Formats: sequence, structure tokens, C-alpha cells
Amino acid sequence: MMTTKHQSQPFFTKQLMWVALTDTLRKLAPQQQWKNPVMFVVYVGSLLTTGLCITSIYQGNEQQLGFMLAITFWLWFTVLFANFAESIAEGRSKAQAASLRGAKRELMAKQLNEPHYDTDYTKVVSTLLRRGDVVLIEAGDFVPADGEVIEGAASVDESAITGESAPVIRESGGDFSSVTGGTRVLSDWLVVRVTVNPGEAFIDRMISMVESASRQKTPNEIALTILLVALTLIFLLTTVTLLPFSIYSVDIAKSGTPVSITVLVALLVCLIPTTIGGLLSAIGVAGIGRMMQKNVIATSGRAIEAAGDVDVLLLDKTGTITLGNRQASAFFPLNGISERELADAAQLATLADETPEGRSIIILAKQKFALRERNIQELGATFVAFSAQTRMSGVNIGAKQIRKGAMDAIRTYIEAQQAKFPDEAKQLADTVARRGSTPLLVAEGGRVLGVIELKDTVKGGIKERFVELRRMGIKTIMITGDNRLTAAAIAAEAGVDDFLAEATPEAKLKLIREQQAEGRLVAMTGDGTNDAPALAQADVAVAMNSGTQAAKEAGNMVDLDSNPTKLIEIVETGKQMLMTRGALTTFSLANDLAKYFAIVPAAFASTYPELGALNIMGLSSPANAILAAVIFNALIIVALIPLALKGVTYRPQSAESLLRTNLLIYGGGGVIVPFIGIKLIDLGLTALAF
Amino acid sequence: MFINTYSQISLYLITLLLLAKPLGVYMANVYENNPMLLNRLFAPVELALYRLSGIKAAEEMTWKQYVAALLWFNFFGGLAVFIVQIAQAYLPLNPQQLANVSFDSAFNTAVSFVTNTNWQGYSGETTMSYFTQMLGLSVQNFVSAATGMAVLVAMIRGFQRTHATTIGNFWVDLTRGVLYILLPLALVFSFILVSQGVVQTFKPYLTIPMVEQVQASPPTQQTSSQTIAVGPAASQVAIKQLGTNGGGFFNANSAHPFENPTPLSNFLELLAILLIPAALCHSFGTMVNDPRQGWTILTTMTLVLLGALLVTLHYEQAGNPLLNALGVDQTSSLTQSGGNMEGKETRFGIVNSVLWATTTTAASNGSVNAMHDSFMPLGGMVPLCLIQLGEVIFGGVGSGLYGMLIFAIIAVFVAGLMIGRTPEYLGKKMEAFEIKMAAIVILIPAFFILMGTALAVLSDAGKIATANPGAHGFSEILYAFSSAAGNNGSAFAGLSANSPFYNIVLGIIMLFGRFGIILPVLAMAGSLAAKKSVPATVGTLPTHTPLFVLLLIATILLVGALTFVPALALGPIVEHLQMLNQL
Repeated sequence: MMTTKHQSQPFFTKQLMWVALTDTLRKLAPQQQWKNPVMFVVYVGSLLTTGLCITSIYQGNEQQLGFMLAITFWLWFTVLFANFAESIAEGRSKAQAASLRGAKRELMAKQLNEPHYDTDYTKVVSTLLRRGDVVLIEAGDFVPADGEVIEGAASVDESAITGESAPVIRESGGDFSSVTGGTRVLSDWLVVRVTVNPGEAFIDRMISMVESASRQKTPNEIALTILLVALTLIFLLTTVTLLPFSIYSVDIAKSGTPVSITVLVALLVCLIPTTIGGLLSAIGVAGIGRMMQKNVIATSGRAIEAAGDVDVLLLDKTGTITLGNRQASAFFPLNGISERELADAAQLATLADETPEGRSIIILAKQKFALRERNIQELGATFVAFSAQTRMSGVNIGAKQIRKGAMDAIRTYIEAQQAKFPDEAKQLADTVARRGSTPLLVAEGGRVLGVIELKDTVKGGIKERFVELRRMGIKTIMITGDNRLTAAAIAAEAGVDDFLAEATPEAKLKLIREQQAEGRLVAMTGDGTNDAPALAQADVAVAMNSGTQAAKEAGNMVDLDSNPTKLIEIVETGKQMLMTRGALTTFSLANDLAKYFAIVPAAFASTYPELGALNIMGLSSPANAILAAVIFNALIIVALIPLALKGVTYRPQSAESLLRTNLLIYGGGGVIVPFIGIKLIDLGLTALAF
Repeated sequence: MFINTYSQISLYLITLLLLAKPLGVYMANVYENNPMLLNRLFAPVELALYRLSGIKAAEEMTWKQYVAALLWFNFFGGLAVFIVQIAQAYLPLNPQQLANVSFDSAFNTAVSFVTNTNWQGYSGETTMSYFTQMLGLSVQNFVSAATGMAVLVAMIRGFQRTHATTIGNFWVDLTRGVLYILLPLALVFSFILVSQGVVQTFKPYLTIPMVEQVQASPPTQQTSSQTIAVGPAASQVAIKQLGTNGGGFFNANSAHPFENPTPLSNFLELLAILLIPAALCHSFGTMVNDPRQGWTILTTMTLVLLGALLVTLHYEQAGNPLLNALGVDQTSSLTQSGGNMEGKETRFGIVNSVLWATTTTAASNGSVNAMHDSFMPLGGMVPLCLIQLGEVIFGGVGSGLYGMLIFAIIAVFVAGLMIGRTPEYLGKKMEAFEIKMAAIVILIPAFFILMGTALAVLSDAGKIATANPGAHGFSEILYAFSSAAGNNGSAFAGLSANSPFYNIVLGIIMLFGRFGIILPVLAMAGSLAAKKSVPATVGTLPTHTPLFVLLLIATILLVGALTFVPALALGPIVEHLQMLNQL
């Protein structure tokens, strides 16, 4: 079974803290601040008040100096707290990524001079390998870089990246031909063509995504930033115009002094959405980090964001919806043939068949009729292997020809011998298919003997997942190569919304295009090379790490656990990231109400003492009121760092009820919390006798 | 008195909501060019107009072409009104031989009528000839309203269409708006107004001998006659109410008995203020094929209006507490309306004055039947706030709804994130470009109101115009700039705004308040039309539920409050608190 390795970390390790703290200071460089327009305003404001403080000291103007220093001090803290939030998110995600590539150390690789086994190799350092180089990896060697197996087959220990301890088979051709750097070959050998240049591997790309220097803003992040900039401009207008308003008011009321620049800067910083502004990039980085915790590597933040919007999930039946190991469960002989006869023929036809399905037929025959395995050689039988043309397998014993295969294949086989395909066989096969099982027909010569039922089990709990998905408004479509009847039965049992039976790569691609043409966003998983076109077309495409290089290149995420059910978790992570942004934006804006009640009466106390009526929190003094609001504004950023990193809890439910809950918590809470917080800080300031 | 008050308000709102639905559906048909009964009457005229002006009605425009057509039309329209004013002495229909209007006042008035503001720095009966009123101002009353509706319709087409490059034809939308909607309504309405006694004549002003001679100041002069201004008023009053224009024929606007003579005329004029803005919500619902969307917007508007109305009513009916302290009886009874009657017509009393004040500022109409300047501090703050909310509570014809849709987009954007999807409204994803345009729409009025007021309080030319010292003077200035930027047109009339400073600054602000918003709205229409449409699922944020109404109201109030609370604190709020302190 798959085990997902959730590398949950303690929130703040000592080392992480240290790195984050130095990073926090490094981010004070103007070119770093400029990237975040909201915090840049705070930064400029802090510089301004610092300048005012210095001027006051220089001029010996001691009045108000304590207040100015306190405000300046807390404004700088606001900037630092926002930097810290970003640093800690980056640090955690980087640590996460580093643990993923932990095994990827510098090693010696055996670079082959010619691209096949049995040629000479030269030893080179793995980091020098370029795309197209061919290397030999023998038992005990580490895989030096991501690549594709072009020769050989070997068992590989991929526990370093997946956490799955059982070794997996990697072989040339087919859908299990790709190897990941840092994993280890346990037995045999592989000839591998390197598919990435140094620094381009998935994990390398992932790490660069969390580093601020090369991080690209996602489309929704850009849109939200525009809104935040617009709000910042509005508050800039509000505060800038307060100076002339205040001068005029002093003039007409003939009392007091105009509001000071320090107070205006304090008001501005309190009003602009610093909470979301300071945490926005941390939320994005943490989103990538949470994906990594689930062992999913996304190649862009854009893909994670799109995951939240997915309307349609395409899920492969085998391995995702069903356990995937079809087992023979019953024999259904035609009239005039005993069940034992059928079992005997079935066993003979299956003797050379080493697939789990084949084994299960032999086991069933043994259980039911104590039919012992016979030796093909002893019988003088020749095995007829499965071929794409006949789509049957079987055995020839002298003149006796036994075949087994799907109904269509057997029908063609029978009719080719000028015999009539019995209706009864069709009915039996359909009955089996309607149960969601796969009917396998057995024929001897021109005569159909009966039907073997191959039963596939729907995974436990999967039905509930689909109910959840439906509640989230996501439609599930099951993809299977089975015939329509089997597909319909499994679909009904698993509770998917729709299915695509007898799916070919073309049919998959067509289905995705149709859904997209109707405006839907489609997510899918895939591993085979023939999935690549569909993966490239899908909006969220998760390639299995065990899959081919082509599939990985076509997708925009790679699941290291190769667990197709992961798609559901990916969607949830995407939604969580968007929700966290929305929740903190709402919270940030709702906060402003209380800040107005704190600052407006305080700012005009000397001109219009009547405005004291608005001081509904009963704050102790104008200076304390303004300082309390600024302190609250700074501390709330720190208080919300855990929420930004962990994300808002997501429970699948309808949009309406989700909105109601979040609006109540973050909108309602956003209005109330600062009233309490500012009051408490004011009480604290009074106690400290400021 | 309770029953009297609330039955009047209920009658008004119910009649309004009943009429809105049929008119809304009719207007949707007009803009969708669906076959209608009135086609027989108007289609020949419409086609003749197109042929005459060389308009190819079947050719659609991209948003940029639409903007260009709209701007050129409004530029020449404004120029025409300007020229008519500065040359009216040489033009016919000027029985009072009124002089040419000054350049700055003519500029201000031309801009004011082109932008559907109808801010009036002048007083009608002593400034404008009949020719100017009818061919200059009234024409703009029609076409500026039709322009607003055209922009709205273009925006709705943005929601309707997918992968489209065009958003309709401006000339067709403009023509149909005037011909099929505004002209018939105004025609019927002006006849009803005439029946109630609103004047409609080309005769010169009347000079009537007075029954009793009056000692005028200076006392040496005896006054024995009075000049009574008349004119073609009914035709202009009808459209100024219907088109959310608001510019009165006479200076006293609808407080003047010749503009608003009877309780019935008052009721109908009130109804006309909100009729088209309310009906357009239904047009919107019909056109996007989801009437619930229209109802949601209409409910939102109605609830905010009702709230505003009740607050104003409370403060006006309670009267001035300082007078109470002096023992003055301000309670309402069968013999008196009670409350704060300063600046109000006794014919209309508190309820109808308050109803008018809130509807005229909720819609960007700006006509008045009472003087807002004389309202109680908080009673007068409500009309001011309604303007500052962005003129989206009903708002101007067309402009109110497109402004409201911008707020809906902002609400959807933040709320959409909270449900874990990139936000979408009516199937259209709201992305960076839409948010950028929406941000401009929100920023422009805020910028001009606050910066304009700041400029005025810093300059002598600005400060000298206030009639009242203290915080109320500040409110007067703030109101003027809010009114201009919001294209409302009403005023705290204590401000003497007919000076070059105010005429020019307010004129410029009116232009930005109108076209600075139309441009991003049309750009957004173009962007929306080009997008694909996302089908709704249970995972989509529903935008037709009570929760969404609540969210939309919260968004509008929060944006408004956050922008203007400090300024309001220094104006009406402190004025109110100072008044209480004198008790």
C-alpha cells in the first residue's frame, strides 16, 4: 500500500528561526520592499517618521519626541514582521524541498561512451551530466539525475523521495521507464538517458519557486495585489487630504493645532491592508510548501491556483476508483457444459499466464474443484500469447485449441470458424458486466464453454470522497478501457457522475476539449506516454512519478507517491490557498473600522474635543490611542502568520455555506477583534505609564 | 402620524417596484432589438435617422470604437450647449432679453448637462433664455441619459457574449434609448405635469401689480409689481426627473410651485426619479437571462435607500434639540408637520422632503424640493453619504447600475476567494484586468472629491464661497465636490459656487467623474465579452441570494465609510456633536 510521508515539521525550529531572522533583515533592502506595494508604503512611512524623529532631536524639540519614537519603532516592526512572515514561509518550504532532494548528493556517475549496455564508461561528477547523456546504473548505485530507461530493468528503491519502502520496478519501454535522481538501484542494471540539465530537475524548479528572487506572482495574486494597491491609494488620499482639512478646521474652529505628519503616517499604516499585504507572499509560498508535504511537486504556482478552480476531475478507474487487481470470482458455464469442464479449460488456457488476473483463475479453479496445476511441457501444450491483433490468449494441446478473451474477440474467433456465436454466451457476459465485473469468455474449438467473472473491487471510502466532491461542485468522470456495461456498473457503485468507457487516448483528449469548450477546468492524472496529449491539454495535470518522462513533461505537477487519488487533495490545497487570501483580505479591511474609532477622535482632539464622543473604546489618551492602533496593526501580522502558513481549514461544502462561515469568522471577527485588541493594548500602555 | 409617514413611504416604494418590472422588460426588448408593438410607430423614424446620418446599424463596434463614438458625440454635444449659452442674446426665443452667459459659467453648465450632473451654478429664470433651456439643456437631458444607458447595455453585452470582439453599436443604442424609452415616457409625463399646473409657454415673464405695496430695501424704493417667471417648463421638468438629470427650469427647482404644484405632481416626480434606474435592474436580469440577478441588485439598492431614508427621517422629524431646549414645540400633529422645517416647503412637509432628498441623492438626480443645506447635521449627512457611496444606490440612469455592477465585481472578488475559487461573476472570471478597471472606477470619485475639497479649503477663492462659518462651511464645500464627482448636481446651496474657481474646477471634476468611469467600464465590457463563460455549479458563488445582498451592501458601505469617514468627521459629525454640546 501507498504510504504518504507527511513531513510535518515543528513550527519554528531553532535553525529555521535563525535563517528566517537574518532573511528578515536582508529583505529591508528597498528593491526587495518594492515588490510588495502595500508594505512599501509602510516602509516609506517608517523612513519618513525616522527622519522626523532625527530632525526633532537635532532641533532639540523634545515635545512629542517620546510619542514619535514609539510610533517609529512600531512602524519598523510592522515592516519587519511582514518580512519575517515571508522569510519563515520560504524557510519552511525550502526545508521541505531540501528534504525531498536530500538524497540528491554529488555522486560519481558512469557515463557511457555509446548509448547501450556493454560499452566502456567514464566516471564523471553527476552535476556535470547534461540532457542526452547516457549513464549506466548498476546494483547499489544511486541514480545520478532524472532520466529515462532505455535499456534494462531493475528494482529501484525510491523511498528517498516517496517514503514508500517497497522497491519498484523500472524498465525500458512501457509506462515505468522513468527514474528520478537520488533514488537507488537495488538489483540488476539500467541504461538511462538523462533528461534534464543541471538545475532543471523538478525539485530544482520547485526550490526556485519558493525563493523570492525568482518567484512569479500567480494571476490571482496579481489581481489581488491590484485591489490592495487601489485600497492603499484610497487611504493615501484619505490621509493626505486630512492635512489641509485639519488646517482649515483649526482655522475655522480657532483652536488646536493641525494634525502632525507622524499621526498621519500612523493613520495611513493602520488603514492600508497591511495584514494581507504583509502575508500575501507567505500564503503563496506556504501553498507550494503544503503541496510538497503531500509529496506533490508543482511546476508553477499558477497550477496550484488552478487546482482550486477545477470543475471536472478525470479519474482512471483502475488503481484510483478500484483496487485494480481484478480477481476471478466465478465460472458461468453455458447450457450443457459443467462448471468443472469450464474450470478445467480455463485453467489450461491460463497456465502460462503470469498476470495477477491469470493467477487468480488458477487459484479459483483449485479452490472450487481442487484442480491442480499441470505442467505445460508435460502436456505437450503450446502457449498462445496475448496479441493486439487477436486480443486472446490460450493454449494448443494437440488438436485441442482453448482460447480466452473478451466477448468481441471470442465472437470473431468463433465466427471465423464458420460457427454460430451463441446468444446465451452474450447474455451471460452482459449479466456479468452489469455487475461491474469483467466477463472473460472461454472457447474450445468452435464452441463457447462459458464465462469467467473477473471482479474488480471499488476502493473503500471512495464513494464518500465523490459525495464530497459533488458538494464542492466538482464533477467526476471515470475513465476506463472496459466496455460500457462494466463501466456503467462500476460508475454506479463508486458514485461517479459520468464515465468514459472503452477510452482511447484520442477519446480522452476529445473529452477534455469538450469540457473546456463549455468553460470548465479539467484536472486529470496520467502516467503513460499515451496520456501525454491529454495531460498537456488538461488545466491541472498530475503525472505519476512512476510514469514516463513524456507524461511528466506534459503535466504541470508530479506526484512522487504516484497515487492517483491525490488529485482530490491537490484540489483542496488549491482552494485552501485562495481561501486564505480571501479570508485575510476581508479580515484586514474589517479591522479598519475599529482603527478609525481609535485614531480619528485622537487626531483631532485639540481642534474638536467634541469628537471624543467617537472614542467608544474609552482609550486613555490621544497619544496612547494612536500608538495602540499601530501596535495592534503590527502584532496582528505576527498573530496571523500560523494561519497564513497552515491555511484556512477547508471542509467540502457548498459555496453558499462556505461563504457564510468564512464571512462570519473573518468579516465579523475582523470587525470585533481590533476593538478588543486595541483596548487591551491601551490598558497595557497605561499600566506601563506611557 | 406614524401611519401617515409610513403609508406614504410604502405607497411610494410599492408603486415604484410594481412599475419597474414591466418597464425593465420593455427596455431589455428595446436594446435586444426584439420585435415590439411600438416598432410600427418608431421603426420608420429610426431608419430615417440612420439613413440621414449615414449610420450602418448592423455594424457592431469594438469597445474602443464604442468609446470613440461616445466621446465625440459628447464633445460636440457639450460644445453646442456652450455656444448656445455664450450666444443666446443673438438667438431667438429670448423674450426677457437675457444676456450671454459668462465663459466660465457656460463651460460649467455645458459640462454639467453633458455629464448628466445638472449642477447649476446659475439660476435658471435670470440666466437662460427659452432657446438655451430647450435646445441646449433639455436636449442634453435626453442624450446624456441615453448615453448612460448605452454604456450599461454595452457592459451587459460583455456578460452575455463569449469570445466576442464587439459590444454593440453606440449610435443605435443611443438612438433607441431616446426614441423608444425617454421620448415616449417624457411626453406622457409632461402632459400629466401640465394637467397639474406646471407651466409650459413661450410667453414672456408676467408682471403682476401687487395688491399691497411693499417697502423694499433700500427703503426709498416702493415696489408695486412683481415679475413672475414662466416658460416651457413642463417639457423640461419631465425629462430632468426621468433622466436623473435634475437641473431645474427655475432656480428653486421642484420646490417652485410652477415646477411642482400639487401633491400628485410631487408624487409622480418622485416616482420618476427612481423609475428608470429601478427598471434597468430588471432589464439587466432579463438580458443576462437570469431575472434573479436583477432582483438581487434591486433589493440591495432598495434596502440601502430605505436605511438612508429612515435615518434622515429620524433626524429631520426630531427637529433641532436646541429649539426643544427653548420650549419650541417640534412634535408633529394634525396641525403641523413638526421637526426641522427650515428650508422645507410646508406643502410637502417632512416626509416628502426627506423622501425626495434621499431618492434624489441615491439616484444621481440632484433635483430638490427642499434645501439640503438646511437639514440637521446628520440628516444632511445622509444625502451627502449617498452621493459618496458612488451614486450606485439606483444612481444615474445606466450609470448607477454599471457602477453597482463594479461593486458587485469587487464583492465577488473578495468573497469568491473565500470559497476557494478564483472569483467569477455571471460566469465570467474576474482577473487582473477587470480588477484594475474596477479599481479605477472606485478611485476616481474618491480622488476628485477629496483632492477637490482639499484644494478649495487651501485657496481663498474656495474658502470665501461658504455661507456658514465652522464645520458646516466645510460640509458645504465637501458636498459640492461630492456632487460634482458623483454627477449628482444637488448642493448645499449656501455655497456661492458661481465663481470662476468653482465653475472651472467643478466642471473639470464633473468631466472626470463621468468619462473617467465610462472608459474603464467600456474597457471592461470589451474584456468580458472576449472571455469564455464558466457554467455555474454548487461550487460557484451564488450571486442571487440574501447572503450576497448582504455582502454587496457591506462592500458598498465599507468602501464608502473607509474613504470618507475622516472627512465626514470634520463636517457633519462634528457639527452634530457641537450642537449637542450646546445643550
